[in-house]
Amino acid sequence: MAQWDWLVRPEAPYTWRFARNVVIKALILFVLLNALFALLNPSALVGRLSAYNVLLPGRDRLPYGENPDQSYNLSLNNLDAMFSAHQIAGTPKAADEYRVLLIGDSSVWGVLLKPDETLSAYLNAAQYRTASGQRVRIYNLGYPIQSLMKDVLLLQYAMRYQPDLVIWMVTLESFAPNQQLESMLVRANPDLAHRLIAAYHLKIDPSDPRFSVPSLLDRTIVGQRRPLADVLRLQLYGATWSITRIDQRYPKFYEPHMENFSENFGRDVTWQGFQPQPLTTDNLAFDVLEAGRGVVGSVPLIIINEPIFISSGVNSDVRYDFFYPRWAYDAYRQLLPAAQIIDLWNLISSDQFTDSAVHLTPAGSRQLAAKVGELMMQTANAAQQHR
Amino acid sequence: MTLVSIVVFGIGAALYGLIVPARWRGWVLLATSVVAIYWLQPASPVRPVDFVLPTATLVLGVIGWWLTRPDSTLDRDSAFTLGLIGVAVVALSALGGLIGLTASPPPNVLEVVFTLVLVTAALVSLAALVPDRVRTLTLFIVLILIIFAILKVDTLALALSHWLRARTGRVLHLAAMSDVQWLGFSYVAFRLIHTLRDRQTGKLPPLSLREYVTYLIFFPAYTAGPIDRAERFVKDYRALPGLDAPRAVEGVSRIVIGIFKKFVIADSLALFALDAVKASQAQTGSGLWLLLYAYSFRLFFDFSGYSDIAIGLGRLFSINLPENFDRPYLKTNITAFWQSWHITLSTWARFYVFTPLSRYLLSRPHKPSANLVVLICQAATMVVIGLWHGITPNFVIWGLWHGVGLWLHKLYTDRTRTYYQTLSERPRLRRAISWGAALLTFHFVALGWVWFALPDVNLSLNVLRRLFGG
Repeated sequence: MAQWDWLVRPEAPYTWRFARNVVIKALILFVLLNALFALLNPSALVGRLSAYNVLLPGRDRLPYGENPDQSYNLSLNNLDAMFSAHQIAGTPKAADEYRVLLIGDSSVWGVLLKPDETLSAYLNAAQYRTASGQRVRIYNLGYPIQSLMKDVLLLQYAMRYQPDLVIWMVTLESFAPNQQLESMLVRANPDLAHRLIAAYHLKIDPSDPRFSVPSLLDRTIVGQRRPLADVLRLQLYGATWSITRIDQRYPKFYEPHMENFSENFGRDVTWQGFQPQPLTTDNLAFDVLEAGRGVVGSVPLIIINEPIFISSGVNSDVRYDFFYPRWAYDAYRQLLPAAQIIDLWNLISSDQFTDSAVHLTPAGSRQLAAKVGELMMQTANAAQQHR
Repeated sequence: MTLVSIVVFGIGAALYGLIVPARWRGWVLLATSVVAIYWLQPASPVRPVDFVLPTATLVLGVIGWWLTRPDSTLDRDSAFTLGLIGVAVVALSALGGLIGLTASPPPNVLEVVFTLVLVTAALVSLAALVPDRVRTLTLFIVLILIIFAILKVDTLALALSHWLRARTGRVLHLAAMSDVQWLGFSYVAFRLIHTLRDRQTGKLPPLSLREYVTYLIFFPAYTAGPIDRAERFVKDYRALPGLDAPRAVEGVSRIVIGIFKKFVIADSLALFALDAVKASQAQTGSGLWLLLYAYSFRLFFDFSGYSDIAIGLGRLFSINLPENFDRPYLKTNITAFWQSWHITLSTWARFYVFTPLSRYLLSRPHKPSANLVVLICQAATMVVIGLWHGITPNFVIWGLWHGVGLWLHKLYTDRTRTYYQTLSERPRLRRAISWGAALLTFHFVALGWVWFALPDVNLSLNVLRRLFGG
């Protein structure tokens, strides 16, 4: 067949020597390319080569997915690839745009919420304008796992997009010292994390074994094959996402958040290794919060303690919900005013939570957006007045 | 085939070609193929189905050979082959589970021996009862088609799964078609029918049992073709030179190209290729077109990549399997497309459906018009090809789509032959028409894939409507 003539009718007959030379050259090339890749570490460049915002529309929220086949989304740890896939990377800041970044956990990202039901979506739908007439545009940079360190990592990257205001949704769980390295995003970006730790003198141990410090072999193409494949798959899933606008699996049935607590669990008053004791800014990750303030610099920052589900079920005298025994959460709330954190803990009624004590229904999300919108505009207008 | 199995077969081919003495190569190829069909068979939750199915393939092969052999004697080579197959099956039942050659722990050795003896006795008795070879050949073809139908019709496969689960004490409500996934049977069936029909028409050359069974289950082509012809296969099989440099380079090159096409390009396109779920989720017509294009190219790269791997492995084992694809999406008409897409399947269908049917219709006393004969034969042939993929209304419609398309193309060609002959003096116009024709042909085929990709008629109609703005 003519299409295979180049293979089966070579200019000179193939010999074992030819085959040997091809294999040797291929091996040398393979080793060289891998070595070059390891030395140059082009992960950032690879992450920025994105079909999003060029061939495909940018995503409404950062890529995250535990079942890619159904959600057309996947989790990866390459910050450049993540942000390149987000609409913010493809939206040059307009002259009349008042840009707001929204940072937080899975409740901000919008677990079980469609892209137009998230906090940022409702805020955008309200079409706020500042007193000076600028269009307020909010970008959802929330990401699952409650960890202030994860938030700061994302925030530091996101500052390149010139925000005018940052809204940071936090909860007690994000402050737990154990949680700071819980996010794979932090562990897989040890250089960035170490820089933050050094710059802001954080109480996180840079030699913590949970940091994934790649060896030379890990940095080769072979070692990076999975992350590289994930970047490629993210582009391909982008096609499906843009066609279906599905970026999350929406199960027909989900396990609702816990309302009643069994005797064992209900009477368990420990929280993240803490027994009932005074919680202070020292034994919680308030240093990371301050690092976040340092990262945003002079950009106005609103920090909000997000609403939680408050149980009235069995053993609710001991626990507010799955996450928090009462003593811990009450102690945490005592620290909020001094840290200039706006407390909206009980804003949303108990029937507006879904599968977790922080995940809201669309109605709950809308209600939160109304309040956050108020705070946002107060701060935005005040900031513009002071300029 | 997985990447692991391809690498294993590739290494095996190198060892085979370089180490195995010439007089043993045929035997090694047979033994390797016998082991391979057990290794490749996917696991079934219903034990010991994944052991029974490859064994059944071998039994069908032995029966097929018995019915197609030119005389009634059992020559020494064939007797030894029969013994070797029996020993291999027993050995696999004893050791296969231990060394991971069978998908799940095989049945007890004594059970296997007893069953083989019983089956052999039954077949020998049947052979004595049915002396009319021609009628027996036909009955065997019918049996193959019945097995085919049971495996391909959802309700029948499900009923079989229920029955198997009931007999083996498995949970009944978990019955599924996948319980009886008989790897490679579609291709085995066509190879069997080809030899049986050629025996009936006197075209099949004499084959030993070893040649016949190796042809039937030659492992590189076992799961997804190409569908070789016995007489062509046997020519290579009887020669089996060792591995030389040209064959090694060509074989490995084809395998590498096939791996890239299948595991890189096709598997990437699969992430946004048309399927029932994405079809119902797509928000726009243009999105559906993108899904359809992705499906069209995914199908091509997956299938042609697989064929490249099979052909490459075949080359390493000194078997020159036939080509299966020849740039089909660049063809300028549907007839040329079907001469370049899954070539061995369309050739098989031409030999065993189109030609006999057209001969029959043309030989009738009140024969239909030539055009009607072509329409009936084209449609019937393509419907058979459709049903071979799956026995559902969608595959019937897909077959009719192409059958009518082929017929329309024939009518068009007959009417415009003279005009196209004048185009040799107008190369630019000819080129423009070629490009237009290729685009039209591609889209005709792509729209046909809607029926192929989706499981039911309503969804397919809905997608077609939305593709055109409905």
